Amino acid sequence: MSDLVEGATGPWEVVIGLEVHAQVTSKSKLFSGAATAFGAEPNSQVSLVDAGMPGMLPVINEIAVQQAVRSGLGLNAKINKYSVFDRKNYFYADLPQGYQISQYLQPIVGEGMISVDLADGSSRDIGIERLHLEQDAGKSIHDRHPSKTYVDLNRSGVALMEIVSKPDMRSAEEAGAYVRKVRAILRYLGTCDGNMEEGSMRADVNVSVRRPGEGLGTRAEIKNVNSVRFMQLAIAYETNRQIDILEDGGSIDQETRLFDAQTGTTRPMRSKEEAHDYRYFPDPDLLPLEFSDAFIEGIRTTLPELPDAKKQRYMDELGLSAHDAQVLVSDRDIAAFYEQVATGRDAKVAANWVQGEFFAQLSKAERDIADSPISAGQLGGLIDLIADNTISGKIAKDVLEFMFESGRDAADIVAEKGLTQVSDSGAIEGEIDKVIAANPDKVAEFQSGKDKVLGWFVGQIMQATKGKANPQMVNQLLREKLKA
Amino acid sequence: MSVDKATVARIAHLARIGVGEEELQPLADELSGILQWIEQLNEVDTDAVPPMASVHDQALRWREDVINDGDKQADIVANAPDGANGFFAVPKVIE
Repeated sequence: MSDLVEGATGPWEVVIGLEVHAQVTSKSKLFSGAATAFGAEPNSQVSLVDAGMPGMLPVINEIAVQQAVRSGLGLNAKINKYSVFDRKNYFYADLPQGYQISQYLQPIVGEGMISVDLADGSSRDIGIERLHLEQDAGKSIHDRHPSKTYVDLNRSGVALMEIVSKPDMRSAEEAGAYVRKVRAILRYLGTCDGNMEEGSMRADVNVSVRRPGEGLGTRAEIKNVNSVRFMQLAIAYETNRQIDILEDGGSIDQETRLFDAQTGTTRPMRSKEEAHDYRYFPDPDLLPLEFSDAFIEGIRTTLPELPDAKKQRYMDELGLSAHDAQVLVSDRDIAAFYEQVATGRDAKVAANWVQGEFFAQLSKAERDIADSPISAGQLGGLIDLIADNTISGKIAKDVLEFMFESGRDAADIVAEKGLTQVSDSGAIEGEIDKVIAANPDKVAEFQSGKDKVLGWFVGQIMQATKGKANPQMVNQLLREKLKA
Repeated sequence: MSVDKATVARIAHLARIGVGEEELQPLADELSGILQWIEQLNEVDTDAVPPMASVHDQALRWREDVINDGDKQADIVANAPDGANGFFAVPKVIE
């Protein structure tokens, strides 16, 4: 119970539940044939259904249904063969229908469970309450005009999955790990691209505090947090705010709050005096959503290997450490890249290169693995040159840097820059002889038992060969000659 | 079940319908009458009857995931009282 927060009057426990809104990967919207692509001209991807025109009827997108079921299976959740669409009624400028079509009492996916991975290497099970399908609203833009809000309905009607967790998290770290794991699973499944910058994934965060062992406290809901870092800042702020209020003898209002990224604080939404009354009722335009066991099983057979299973396989079959395996499976693109590098090569060497030098270069270049300047095949080519002794591991690091700058193959760079490792024993011996002849005092030191001088000799020879001498051969030949 | 003036005022507000003070009591009486009329249905025993989702004996129709609509910005904003650059414009609603 190291997650307790110490207040002025004793320890408090933080209780966190999350609602993750994930945009379904699909070409068209949940109930219309308008496109979903990001970044289009305003109101250019809007059908009359999405614009809430009178008399228009919604027709459900089969891929959205499949994607929701697929996600449910990936979250180890119960799939409901019978679910119902309801209207959630509220007025807002970017909600032309005056209601959002959502699912209330009978969602498409019920309870599930995922295992999240914490920084200390341990893992923890977090319950899933439900997953339901719903429409996104349009986008309001407040900063283009001093007195007006501009509205773009391109997002209106886009299919979202709302994934509701159980209040199972006890720290900002766990909440972050949960979001990362949900994102990883959805990306592996191909049901959501998880792009938080473009708004494909965002979260509402419910936070409350209580004395250890007591019942749940009153919660505040923080809306629309769009990065893991902001979420963790919001949780930290909200935790302290609530503890301060309770320790001063006050009580927490159940309310919706906004996170302000500029100040790192949360504040109540202005309209809190209007208690939400969504008046849910079954949408009369839509019949219940029903499908068969065969439909579910058909989707189950197409599920990819998910991160937990992949991690286990990397450990069991490839002999990777838990830490290495965890890093490599943390994202679908990283795992795919690694597997391509490792194919036909030493799995551990490949793992070291991918998450060592390659990641370092990526982060230096401020690139994501998806737009890496070099391909997995190119990194593999570099590793091959080390394996067949063409270059040393040390030279390879320099070559990788050149590869990142130019996008060229390792072999080309090595040939052009003349970096091929010198493994010719005659040439190396020649250099060794020169160094030995010029430094009789160091030779004497070595022969008097100072083994450390060997390192100095190696350094001299590597310098003389511009790092190209095969280090193992240098070591071996040096020892022979110095002992002679 | 009967409806009082406060309830009518609240429902009107939620629906964004302007209802004057003098209209509240007559509306409350009318709505109460409708509700009492419908409540007669409670006399029927429906314990063994599953809830009816629709009067049609048919299943929800699904569509393929193809883009066959949209791309009509001018139509979408045609009736808007105010707009600019393809956006709708409304009085500022920032939180």
